Order: sequence, then structure tokens, then C-alpha cells
Amino acid sequence: MDSQAVAAAPSDDEGVRRRDFIHLAAISWAGVGTAAAVVPLVYQMGPSGDVLSLSSAEVDISAIQPGQAIKTQWRKQPVFIRNLTPQEIAAAKAVPLSELRDPQTIDERTKPGKENWLITLGVCTHLGCVPLGAAEGENRGDYGGYFCPCHGSHYDTAARIRKGPAPRNLAVPEYAFTSDTVVTIG
Amino acid sequence: MVRLIGFFVGLGFIFALLYAILVTPLAIEHNATEEFHLEPRPLALASNGVFGRFDTAQLQRGLKVYKEVCAACHGLSQVRFGQLEALGYDEGQVKALAAQFQVPSINPDTGEPATRPALPSDHFPSPYPNEVAARAANGNALPPDLSLITKARHGGAAYVHSLLTGYRNPPANLPAELRPATGLHYNPYFANLNLAMPAPLASEGQVTFDDGTRATVDQMAKDVSAFLVWTAEPELPRRHAYGWAVLGFLFVLSVLAYLSYRSVWADKKGH
Amino acid sequence: MSFPWAKNYAPQHPLMQWMDEKLPLPRFVYNAVGAGYPVPRNLNYWWNFGVLAGFALVIQIVTGIVLAMHYYASTGGAFNSVEHIMRDVNGGWLLRYAHMNGASFFFIVVYTHIFRGLYFGSYKAPREMIWLLGVVIFLLMMATAFMGYVLPWGQMSFWGAQVITGFFSAIPLVGETLREWLLGGFAPDQAALNRFFSLHYLLPFVILGVVILHIWALHIPGSSNPTGVEVKDEQDTVPFHPYYTAKDGFGLTIFLILFFALVFFAPNLLGHPDNYIEANPLSTPAHIVPEWYFWPFYAILRAFTGNFMGIDAKLWGVLAMFASIALLFFLPWLDRSPVRSATYRPLYRKFFWVLVADVALLGVCGVMPASQPWIILSQIGAIYYFAHFLIILPMISRNERALPMPTSITAAVLGEGAAKTADKAASAA
Repeated sequence: MDSQAVAAAPSDDEGVRRRDFIHLAAISWAGVGTAAAVVPLVYQMGPSGDVLSLSSAEVDISAIQPGQAIKTQWRKQPVFIRNLTPQEIAAAKAVPLSELRDPQTIDERTKPGKENWLITLGVCTHLGCVPLGAAEGENRGDYGGYFCPCHGSHYDTAARIRKGPAPRNLAVPEYAFTSDTVVTIG
Repeated sequence: MVRLIGFFVGLGFIFALLYAILVTPLAIEHNATEEFHLEPRPLALASNGVFGRFDTAQLQRGLKVYKEVCAACHGLSQVRFGQLEALGYDEGQVKALAAQFQVPSINPDTGEPATRPALPSDHFPSPYPNEVAARAANGNALPPDLSLITKARHGGAAYVHSLLTGYRNPPANLPAELRPATGLHYNPYFANLNLAMPAPLASEGQVTFDDGTRATVDQMAKDVSAFLVWTAEPELPRRHAYGWAVLGFLFVLSVLAYLSYRSVWADKKGH
Repeated sequence: MSFPWAKNYAPQHPLMQWMDEKLPLPRFVYNAVGAGYPVPRNLNYWWNFGVLAGFALVIQIVTGIVLAMHYYASTGGAFNSVEHIMRDVNGGWLLRYAHMNGASFFFIVVYTHIFRGLYFGSYKAPREMIWLLGVVIFLLMMATAFMGYVLPWGQMSFWGAQVITGFFSAIPLVGETLREWLLGGFAPDQAALNRFFSLHYLLPFVILGVVILHIWALHIPGSSNPTGVEVKDEQDTVPFHPYYTAKDGFGLTIFLILFFALVFFAPNLLGHPDNYIEANPLSTPAHIVPEWYFWPFYAILRAFTGNFMGIDAKLWGVLAMFASIALLFFLPWLDRSPVRSATYRPLYRKFFWVLVADVALLGVCGVMPASQPWIILSQIGAIYYFAHFLIILPMISRNERALPMPTSITAAVLGEGAAKTADKAASAA
């Protein structure tokens, strides 16, 4: 009834349009507000300040003998630090890149002048298990590096994927030598 | 029936209350402590009010007072060293600051308890290993953790400032039972007038401020109070900034919503 | 729906028609809060508070769910996890302050909603069930709020839990056993904290369920209105949408402005400093007070200071406190005046305002220390509270002389003459 009355009066046309605009503006503005209200609800799930503050870890590597490796932690993930023997370096260098699933030289995976220090995440690139081989006496796989027992991925002495389902080499985190015996990861 | 039962239940409660009035002495108790207790003096800080922000130079001075005076007995367990970057320090300075504190650790070779210099990801260490040790060292008084102290006391920063500068000799007319016992110190801003902590800020120049500010007792007390506002509410400047943005947005929304409401009702007579 | 002239949901779009056949949810919404629900045309701003209460519940549920992602219910870690939320979780301080003040706003809104019901007689037939369900919601809210306040494991949390569960020990014979069962121990500890967290998460959804029943029950007779005169024909009503969605939307913006002003600029105004001190089972705060929304009931509890008729003061207090809420269940039958709105009940109106002042007085007494003159004031306040509901209201509703009432809602809005003209026009059409 009311809308008929409005429509019957052509002089009200302007008024109708202005009213529509007001409703549209109010609803759009409210929509923007609702979207903004969702932001903190989403944002809160991200890593919190205390988690991010663990973003670097200092490790003393003076006690690692050639041929040995240690497991340490960075961002709550295992990190393997291995002191490669000259033979292991030579074995890694001997592999032609064309044979590799994820072609990378050992030089790309170590720091210049420190190529005996192989620092990788201990997270298999297949589905995230921790490969064996860092601790004394563990199975180091067919290529003498690391072996992931979950689905049988074999990594070589430069921790490159050689056999099994994993798509990529073990990741090398960002790190730097703060001195000859201390490395800062992250 | 409901009304009848209700009537008698009501009468029961009313008679019990009337009886309670009869048996409760009406005399207003005289509370001598209240007579001498003082409310905190107002304290003007940059963080006060709805536009409040932090004065980082003041916070840095306050941190120094905390470090050199308060930290001997009071922890700051909720604060991580890394958060001190909000005070205007860079990463290296924070690292150096943290390294001045020792945090509990274990000896990697023997597994025995040990300490190591703190890292930015560590929280301020507690000066005592546990509550018993804290009490034993302080005549059975427990020095409270200061992280949240300005939120945990009526009066907030003003209270902290008044307390730190409020030590004095007990007034002559103070009744004997309110006089400080051995090991206690008179301070009218403290709830029961006597506290175990001796005046921590005793003389000018007790702390040397790096920015050359004159370290009067009042200045030191002010700065550490400001610092403790930051430790309790580090989000304060962001909170105020977001607050204005949200209120501004909502004000526009309320105007639009009002116009929309009026226009919906425009064709209804009588409104 | 309740009125024959209620608009019928007629979807135009084929997709909506398909939806209506398979799952008529849009139809349900249309009839519940859309154009299909005819509402009296004369509702004032006091009628906004129902929707606002619903919105407050949503704020609490949403912020609560995300807070639970970071909180852990352990006596050693709860306090620190709350500080972790305040300091480290992204935007955590906002979520936590919103939840904390959201509880207060929920109560502000619900108390306003309750007093609106009392003033305008919304509890009377045929709307008794709406009122009863409302009282159930109120009780559930109090339980939820109490348990939520325990979770940060501050000093007031701990000692609040100690005192409130102490009420149950006043019950003769089984009281002490009951209290130990509630707490799962002899004092509030890990067992109590864990179960309070579990129930604090559960109860809001129970509240949501009862809210749905509350609205369902509302749709049977339709909304009440400030005159208390029932809807007679179509011109007395307007469709809920857009008329009241627009009005509620505007009311909501005002609510949000006040809410966020508190959240951003005075987030701890309604809280207690002692709750920023971690719980210490060996040291009681000098002055235990519950959250502000419990102050009037706390005052009633403490008003009973004498053992009377063989019942000790503590049990009297506990009984009175529970009775002060339970009597609301009987209100529709305590007040037998056929006139709903206090606008036309001059005598009742006076007593209503005395009740408002009385509850405010009890509130003040509840936060003050248990010493004179606050004890006698709370005693007088409690006497009036019970007298109001159990004695005065039933008596005045018997022989109060009501003022002349408008013949219809339209007459109240447009004046009697205009209403008749409109009436004729409507019947002619």
C-alpha cells in the first residue's frame, strides 16, 4: 500500500533514489565492517610473538668430529648438522647432476670454505618424517646420507634425494657462521 | 496458590532480615588505618588518556631503574627481552641487554643445573629460584613480580610512583598498633601502611641516566612507573590507534544506519 | 504465522524455489526475522535489547572459540596462557578484551531487556513461556559467566570459585559432600579448573539453544508492545523487515560504539585489579568481590547476618540469593493485573522505579565491604526486593485502578480519530 503511494507520485522519484542510495551505503559500510571484524579472527591463528622469537638458534659445532652429525632444533624442527669427511665430499661431487631428481651441487648446499659443514632440516620432503642417519649407528640408506624409514626415501652424502618418493633434497635453512665454532641458524 | 505461598516465603525472608537488622550492631566501625592511608597522587604520563602513547626515552630510563634497582628482588616474568625493541632498541642492543641476565639452563655435558646468558627469546628471569627462597631472603615478605603491577593495583602507575616516593617517618599521632614493626617501613600509600620493602630509591643519582636526565628520586620513580605501564600493557599505543579507527568507522556507520532507519520509516505516520 | 495478514514467502528465483522445496531455510528466516513476521508498529528503543543480547551472545561465542585456541586450563599455566594471549598472540589483546567486556555488555543488555519486560508487563499471558525461557537463559548466563571468570586463574578467579562453591556447603547434611563433588577436591584446583573450562565452552551453546526456543515462543503470540494492547488488525503491525531490521541495525551501531569505546580505551574499568595477580591458595585478597553483574545478588547473600528460626545466617543468605532469582519464574502468576504496560498502571509504575533504585542500591552494597552502613542498607534493600515481588506486586495488582488505555496500537500512534479513519479506509479497501 505504501509503496503504491510512493510510486503514484512521480515527484518522489528523486527521493526514492536517494533512499536506495542510503540503504546501499549503510549496507556496504556494514559489510566492510564485518569483513574487518573477521581479520583478527583469522590473524590470531598465525605464529605468535613467542614462536617467532625462536626464529634463530645458535649452535656450538666445535665438538662434531668429521663423519659425525648432530640433531638440533630450529623453529621446533629438527636440524641435522654434519661434518662431512673428504671421502663423502668427493662422493657427492662425483655424481653427475643429470642423475639427480633435484639437481644441486654440494657447493650450492654449503658455505664457501666450509664445505665440510652440511646443515639441513631433518624433515623429509615427502611427508615430513625425520630421516635416520644423523645419530651413530643409524641406517644411512643406499647412498650413505640419510634414509627416511616412513616411505623409503634415500638421501646421499649431500642430503640430496636419490631414491624413493621424496620430491626434493633436504632443505638447507638460512644460516651463517658467527665464528669458526658457532653457527646461527635462521 | 502461587501468590499465597509466595506471600509466606516473602514474609519469611523479610522477618529473617528484620531479625538480622536487630542483631547486627549499627555502630560504624572506626578504621584507624583508613585515616592514615593516602590515595595515590595523580601522575602525568605520556601513556595516560585516550590519546596516550609511550615516551620511549622515558621507558628506556625506566628500564635502567628496574635493572639497577628493582631487579634485585622483583621479577618481570611476563616480558621477553626481544620485546624491548618496542622501547627503541635495535636487535644488537637487545641481545647485549639480555646477555646481562643469567637464566637457568642445564650443563650440556653433565645435565647438572647451570645458568647461561639470556637470549632475546628468553623472559626476564626471576631473581629467586622459588617462593620459599624469595621469602627467606626478604624477612618472609614476597616481592611481587612487576610485569602486571600497574594493572594489579588500584591507581596503577600513580600508585607505584606514590609508593616509591611516599616513604616517611610515621606521624606523631599514629597509634602504637599501626607503627611499623621491626623490618617494616612506614608508607601511607601502602594498604596497611607498613611494608617490608625499604625505600628503594633513596638518593639522587642512584641511577645514571644515559640521556643526561637528572636522576632525582621523583624522576626515577616516574620513569620506572612509566616503564611498568609498558610491561603491563605493551599493546597500549596500538590499542588507542585501533580504537580511534574503529570508533570513527562506527560513527559513520551509525549515521548511515540512522538515515537508513529514518528513510525506511518515512512512510509510517506518527514516527 | 500468528497473524493471517503475515506476508507469505514466495521465492521468485528458480534457485530459491528449488531451495524452498528441498530445505525451506530461507522461508524459515523470512518468517522469523523477515518480512513474514508482523510486529507492532509502535515498538520503542527498549525493544532493541533482545536483538542486542543475541548479538552479544554471538560476540562471546566467536571470541571465546578463538581464545580457547590459545588458552590452556592448567593451574600452573592458565594465568600465563592468558598473558600469552595478551602479549604474543596476534591481536590476542583485542580478542581477550572483547571477550572480557563482552560479558559485561551481555549483562548490561540483558538486564535492560529484563527491566523492559518488567515495566511493560511482557511476562504476562499469553507470553509466560517466553519469560520462563528468558529466566532460564539468565541462569545459564550467570553460571557461564562465573565459570569463565575462574579461567584466568587470578586471585579473584580462585577466591570467587572458593566462595561461590562455598554456597553449596550451606545445604544441611549433603552440603559439604556436594561442594567436594562440584570441585573434585577440597579446594579449587586442577580438577575444578578443567571442568569449568569444559562447561564454560559448552553452556553458551546451550544458551543459544534456549534462545532459539525463546524466539520460537515469541513468535506464537507475537511481540508485545509499549501500550500492552494486543494487535487487532493489519494496520497495527509492520513487517519485521525492513522496519525493525533497520531500527535494530541502528541500535546495534550505538551498542558497538559503546562496547568498543570500553574495549579500546578502558578495557579494565569493569574488572578487578586483583585478577591480574596469579591465584594463590594461601592468601585471600583483602576484599573479595564478584563481577559487577553479581553485586545485587551478593548483597542479598550477605544481608542475612542472624541465625533465625533455627536456620543459620549462611543458609538464609544462600536460600535468599537463589530465591531472589527463582521468584522470577513465578512472576507471571504473582502479578494478576490484566493491564500489561506500566504506562497505564500509575501505582505499579511507582513501585517499578523503586525496584530499579533498590537493585541499584543492592549493587552498591554488593561491592562495598561488609561493614556498616552497607550492611543495614543491603538488609533494607533485600527486604524491599522480596516485598516488591512477593507482597506488593500481588496486592496492588488486585485493586489498582488503571488509566484509560488506547483502543488499539494504531490509535496510540496516530490518535483515536485518525485510527478510526484509517480503520474505515482499510475496511473499504
